[in-house]
Amino acid sequence: MAHEHKLEIFRGLVKFKSNTQKIWGVLIFLSIVTTIEVALGIVKPRALTHSHFLGMKLLNWIFIILTLVKAYYIAWDFMHLRDEKTPLRRVIVWTPIFLICYLIFILLFEADYIYNVYKDGFITWNF
Amino acid sequence: MDTTVSTGTEDSVWGGGNRPLGASYGKMMMWFFIMSDALTFSGFLVAYGFSRFKFIELWPIADEVFTHVPFFHGNYPMYYVAFMTFILIMSSVTMVLAVDAGHKLKQSKVILYMFLTIIGGAIFVGSQAWEWATFIKGDYGAVETNSGRILQFVDAETGERAALADFAETLPEERVKHVASEGIWFEGEGYKTSYSLNEVVEGFKATPNILIRTEQLNEEGEKTLLDRKESLAKILEANQVVEGANLVHNEYGHRLFADFFFFITGFHGFHVFSGVVINIIIFFNVILGTYQRRGHYEMVEKVGLYWHFVDLVWVFVFTFFYLV
Repeated sequence: MAHEHKLEIFRGLVKFKSNTQKIWGVLIFLSIVTTIEVALGIVKPRALTHSHFLGMKLLNWIFIILTLVKAYYIAWDFMHLRDEKTPLRRVIVWTPIFLICYLIFILLFEADYIYNVYKDGFITWNF
Repeated sequence: MDTTVSTGTEDSVWGGGNRPLGASYGKMMMWFFIMSDALTFSGFLVAYGFSRFKFIELWPIADEVFTHVPFFHGNYPMYYVAFMTFILIMSSVTMVLAVDAGHKLKQSKVILYMFLTIIGGAIFVGSQAWEWATFIKGDYGAVETNSGRILQFVDAETGERAALADFAETLPEERVKHVASEGIWFEGEGYKTSYSLNEVVEGFKATPNILIRTEQLNEEGEKTLLDRKESLAKILEANQVVEGANLVHNEYGHRLFADFFFFITGFHGFHVFSGVVINIIIFFNVILGTYQRRGHYEMVEKVGLYWHFVDLVWVFVFTFFYLV
């Protein structure tokens, strides 16, 4: 059985000699990202919790982006999506992303609307 | 491309044996399953987001809820969850090493790495059970108001949270647990709190340095602390004592937080558990040499995909439950 592995990560910036080495390299990268996340979660720098972008704290944006980065490397290198054929990879990745984005959009807007109804409406819920 | 030229390849396109996606049937079906499962988990996580946005001003702060580490006393937010995350990523690495060893048909290495993966999964499930137990037990205790809001207590001098035991009085009263067999058959109490509401309220009135903290978040993103006068007025709204968390009452704040915690981490923990069971089955097959005789270790690769997916989901649960 022939199994070719693509041994480059970060768009060819880092090249590994073998698949095993690449796995350890990705582990180190994921650990660094997790450490950054936890450190930020404990310290909560004021500059990041008091500035907002699109209605969300900058710190939360950083968490979500770092999570997506981690998810990318787990899927691409641990689940070998990097070595799969392009059409298969696209089917697996873009179908859920499209559906999830739709779900997030519709539910979070609805939730925000209900929040405003509770806040400004004539309902007493905290008595 | 010379698609119009009639060659032998055209026959094989319709004759089967053609793999346009280059993946075997089993692997493809595992990907199908993973995609549908990913959508299920996203449904849960987005539902969590829905409830959180709906009650955005009074949602509990995760750092204040998950502050325990086994065998250590004190306030260590996040550390244990970070450890769990690391364990799961580590077991994902050993899994992918097992798959790699399988490609090279090295049976003994596959056995070793599968074994380490199973150990990692077991540690993770154990940690999650411990986290559940700690969450259910609770630490400080609180009271719930008529409208279901939670009031927590703070020591005015230190600014630290005050436990019910720090100030509640012991009154000469008797409180019998309401069990379904003695009373209305469809009503019963899940647990009896260590102090009655009366004891907490009297103790609160007698201890001047205890203040009430409401669920409301202020501009700093912290819970609102009432002064003594407001606290004394607020305590009159209390109608029951809450210790720990269950599906109906939650001393940490909004009850939906506890509901989603049990539901999402529970569903994920169930996936980890089933992943460990499947890994054990495959582990024994590897020991028996099934895949060595078959000539390929694709089965290891397929359970590997499932195992990595469980890790992938945890990355998201970790972010949305503990960090954001």
